[in-house]
This record gives sequence, structure tokens and C-alpha cells, in this order.
Amino acid sequence: METLEQIKARLEAALPQAKIEILANECAAGERSLLVDAASAFAVAKFLRDDAQLCLDYCSNVTGIDWPDKELTEKIKVKQVVDGVEKEVEEVKKSLRPGFLEAVYHLYSMELKHGPVVLRMRTVNRTDQTHLPSLTPLWRGAEFQEREVYDLYGVIFDGHPDLRRILMWDGFKGFPMRKDYVAPDDFEYEPTPHDEVLEQAKKHYSTEVKA
Amino acid sequence: MNTVAALPPKNYEVLPKTSETGEPLGELLEISMGPHHPSTHGVFRMDVVLDGEKVVRLKPVFGYLHRNHEKIGENISYLASMPYTDRLDYFCSMTNNWAYALTVEKLAGLAVPERAEYIRVIMAELTRLQNHTCLIGFVVQDMGALGTPMMYAFREREKILDLFESVSGARMMCNYMRFGGVRVDVTDEWLAQAKQLVDGYSKFLDEFEMFLTENEILLARTQHVGVLPKDLAISAAITGPMLRASGVNYDLRKVDKYGIYSRFDFKVPLGEHGDIYDRYMVRVLEMRESVKILQQALRDIPAGPVMDPKTKLRGFRPKAGEVYGRVEGPKGELGFYLISDGSPNPYRYRVRPPSFINLTILEDMCLGHRISDAVVILGSVDIVLGEVDR
Repeated sequence: METLEQIKARLEAALPQAKIEILANECAAGERSLLVDAASAFAVAKFLRDDAQLCLDYCSNVTGIDWPDKELTEKIKVKQVVDGVEKEVEEVKKSLRPGFLEAVYHLYSMELKHGPVVLRMRTVNRTDQTHLPSLTPLWRGAEFQEREVYDLYGVIFDGHPDLRRILMWDGFKGFPMRKDYVAPDDFEYEPTPHDEVLEQAKKHYSTEVKA
Repeated sequence: MNTVAALPPKNYEVLPKTSETGEPLGELLEISMGPHHPSTHGVFRMDVVLDGEKVVRLKPVFGYLHRNHEKIGENISYLASMPYTDRLDYFCSMTNNWAYALTVEKLAGLAVPERAEYIRVIMAELTRLQNHTCLIGFVVQDMGALGTPMMYAFREREKILDLFESVSGARMMCNYMRFGGVRVDVTDEWLAQAKQLVDGYSKFLDEFEMFLTENEILLARTQHVGVLPKDLAISAAITGPMLRASGVNYDLRKVDKYGIYSRFDFKVPLGEHGDIYDRYMVRVLEMRESVKILQQALRDIPAGPVMDPKTKLRGFRPKAGEVYGRVEGPKGELGFYLISDGSPNPYRYRVRPPSFINLTILEDMCLGHRISDAVVILGSVDIVLGEVDR
């Protein structure tokens, strides 16, 4: 199969408006991935599927990842004048990387028996702009898996034929796979609560306990 | 004074049926089949709309066994997830173990000793044998042959489970493999017992086939029922025997050649029509190929260690990165997707469950068939709800 650089070059030639980036992967297997902007993701995916040399007709795995807001710390050496003498002082610079949700697609070719090409898309944030284009019209196999990503992460796939909750029940609120999800304390009944569980239970039932 | 007992809640609904011009043509019946139905292979529900006995809409509903396996995996260490993988597809815990071990090995770049590779192949193929045997028993039971075929299937499965028990201590939840090898070595007596079982398996298959392959009822109920066309199967990411029954030559043991599968001589059986009968036949032939692989593996297995001494199971912290590993499970492509951030727990732990994805096209296969056929079609998909719901 072609290298990711070649695929990226051909994609950029065919779709000049697409913003494509190759993400590094430092582990032993080192499968790198293509990060595509949400606006042109559908066109990119269609190209990957229909291109004769790639022919990625099999979308094996679709999944979501939650990346919450993260404080990045960076140490910078700054020159400062202290008591009339110029010195190099280390300064810690903090910056905030805004959080986002990510959808990852593992594409293979059954025809040519190669792969994978890993395709990723990112939402703008984790709260109100969590829309991504659905790739179910291209690969039917993404139908249930995109529903699962919606169910557990809250990514809204535009163009999905039947976007409903799939594993959790219909009236469920919240997205349990997000890193900041807190399970309600009354999901499991504890016959002899103690320590943390007792504290939680007291808080939960405080209105009901009236001697 | 008499009081009228409250009626139980309805689990059906009558919908008006109209022609294209809007004239009433009768009624459609919407019923909820399951979750506690003997032929749904677990707590699985189908919302079926029927026109007489004909299926006009079918929506699978699941999640009754959902325990957020993936979230549990994110909160425990890499090693601690191994016994949890047993509970995914509880029929095939050995292949689940292998898929997870293979992915972690890929993530951390671990080597596996020769003997352990052979043991893994033996375990995986034994798992395939018992899974396919039982599945055929279940499908035939769904067609109305109550009890007997499944008894025969379970009799053979018991023998394989006895082997699993004597090596791992558990019949179904084996928790046998580790990244870098397997947990305990097999003894020579064990290998001799396995060889005896494998050599006798062809005879059992002959007997099984004698009753089923040309059985008139089986032919009538399965041929041209639940046809899955080739292009739909590829687009819908169907894997395993279902895909090959539709005529697509895609077996990960040949494509990825993971483990040591490149050393064995075996064929990949393919179907032609993509109906239930082909799915049955592909599974039977696949078992015969598994027997061949097992005979070669049991003949060639070398002596040596079963665990790479350099592997650190406890306090295991792989380098940051991500990996997707997959094996050919008995039900299809079982994949694990792991993201490491350098800590002892994975940042993201994802299972690609084959039977969950194989359910995508259940409605397409059932439309136009009778409700009794829908039961058999569901059976031929080969689902285990522990894996579908996770």
C-alpha cells in the first residue's frame, strides 16, 4: 500500500479545500493516522473508498475518544535583569488546550487486502458544537457503531439515517464514556453502607430520613 | 363486589395498513419479540412489524446486558482487563484473550515464545470447533429440532471444555493468555488427550453431517432464506463465516497471518449464495480445516518456555501511542483498540465486537420472510449478547 504521505499528497491534489494532517504515533506498532477537518471529511472518505489504488471498501472499526480540557505546562527560559545583572530564569508558562471529541475510523480493503488507514475527525468542543458528518452513507457498517459513539460520547453525526441511543435506554441523560461523567450514587444498592458510600447515601436520601 | 384485575401491559400494537393511494387494506401487527424469548439467544429484542406472517419492518433493540466494559477497561490496569475479556463472548474466551494479548503485544512490542504461539493456535482452533458445533446445534433447534442436535453438539463441547478446564482451571472463563505468552504450560498428557479428541472429531462431523447436510427440513428452511449479497456484506463490515458464506475471501488468518498461521496448510471455505445453508456449510467446512490445523500444530509443537521472561505483567506501563489489533474469532473480526498515555491504565480501551456489527443487516435479511424464518436468520448470524451489549 502507499505511504500516508503519498495518500495525503493525492488527497490534497484531488480535494484542494481539505485540511489534512498526519498524526504521529510513537508506540511499537506505530500506525499513524490522517486527521481531517469535519467539513471535508465526507469527501475525503469517499475518495478513499472509491479510489482504484486504495479501494478501502471495508470500514472495520468506528469509535470515539474524549479529550477533555487539558492544562499544558511549558518551561521557557527568559532573560531577566535581577539586581542589575542579567540572568536566565526559568518561567513556567501555562496554556489551556480546549477539549474536543474525536471519531476514529479504521479502514481496510477487502478487495486488495491491505490496510489500515486510520481516519480521524474532531469536533469543535465538547459542549455545544459536537457535530460531525456521518460516514454511514459510504459504509453501512458504521451505522450501529456511530450510534454507539453518539450514545456513549454525545457526538452528533449529521446525515445518519437513524441516530438514536443504542446501548443505553431512550430516556437516559448524559454520556457515560466521557472522562468527566459521574455515575449517580443510587445505581447500586449497598446493603450495609459505610465510609464514602454512606456519605453519598446520606446526601442522596437526606430529604427522606425524617424520624 | 367484583373487581376487575388490571390487564397486563400490551406488548403488541395494531397499525393500519394502507395501499399507496391511501385505501385501507387491513392491519399490520407490531410485536415486541423478546427480550425473554427462547430463540433470541439471550436478552435480545426485535421490534417486528408483521403483515400476516410476513416481516415488513424489524428493528433490533439491545443493551440489556450493557455494563460499559470499555469504561471498566479504562479504570483498571492492562493486566486486569484480561479476565474481563472472557466475559465478552463467553463461548470463546480463548480467542478473546488472544485478541487482547496480541493488541497489547503490538502496543508494547513484546515477543512471544515459539511454544506459546503453538499453544495459542491450539486453543483458538479448539474454541472455533466448539463454537461452530454449538451454533449449528442452536440453529437447528431454532428450526424446531428440539433438544437432540444440541445434545450431540454439547456432548462434543463438553470434551473440549474438559481440556480447557484441565489447563486453565476454568471451563468457560479461561483467563489463560497473558501478553508475552500464556499463563501455564500444557503437559504431554494434555497434548495426547487433545490429539485423541482432534483425531476423533472428523468422525463426529461425519455423523453430524449425515443427519443434517441433506436433511429435507433443513434444506427447505435454509436454502434461499436470509440471502446476504456480496457487496452489502462488504459495505456493512460483516466478518467471519457470514462474510465468507457470501463469497468474499477474507480470513484474517490468511490476510494478516498473525501468530504463526502462515506455517499451517489450510483452506478458506467460501459460500456462493449467501443464504443460511451456505453459512451452515461454511461453518462445517471451517471445522474440518480447523481439525487439519490442530493436527499440524499438535504434531509440530516444540519444547521451550511459554512466557517471555522479559515481559513485566505487573507495573506494566507501555509507551504513549495507539494501536489496533485484530484476530479472526469464530464469530468474525475481533479487534481491540488501545490508546496508552504512559500510565498503568489505558487511556482508551475499545472492543470491536463482531456479533454487534454483524447485526447491522439483520433487517435487510429478514424483510419479506416469515417470522419463523427471522428466528433462524438471527440464529445463523451467531450472536452472543455478552459481546453485543458489552
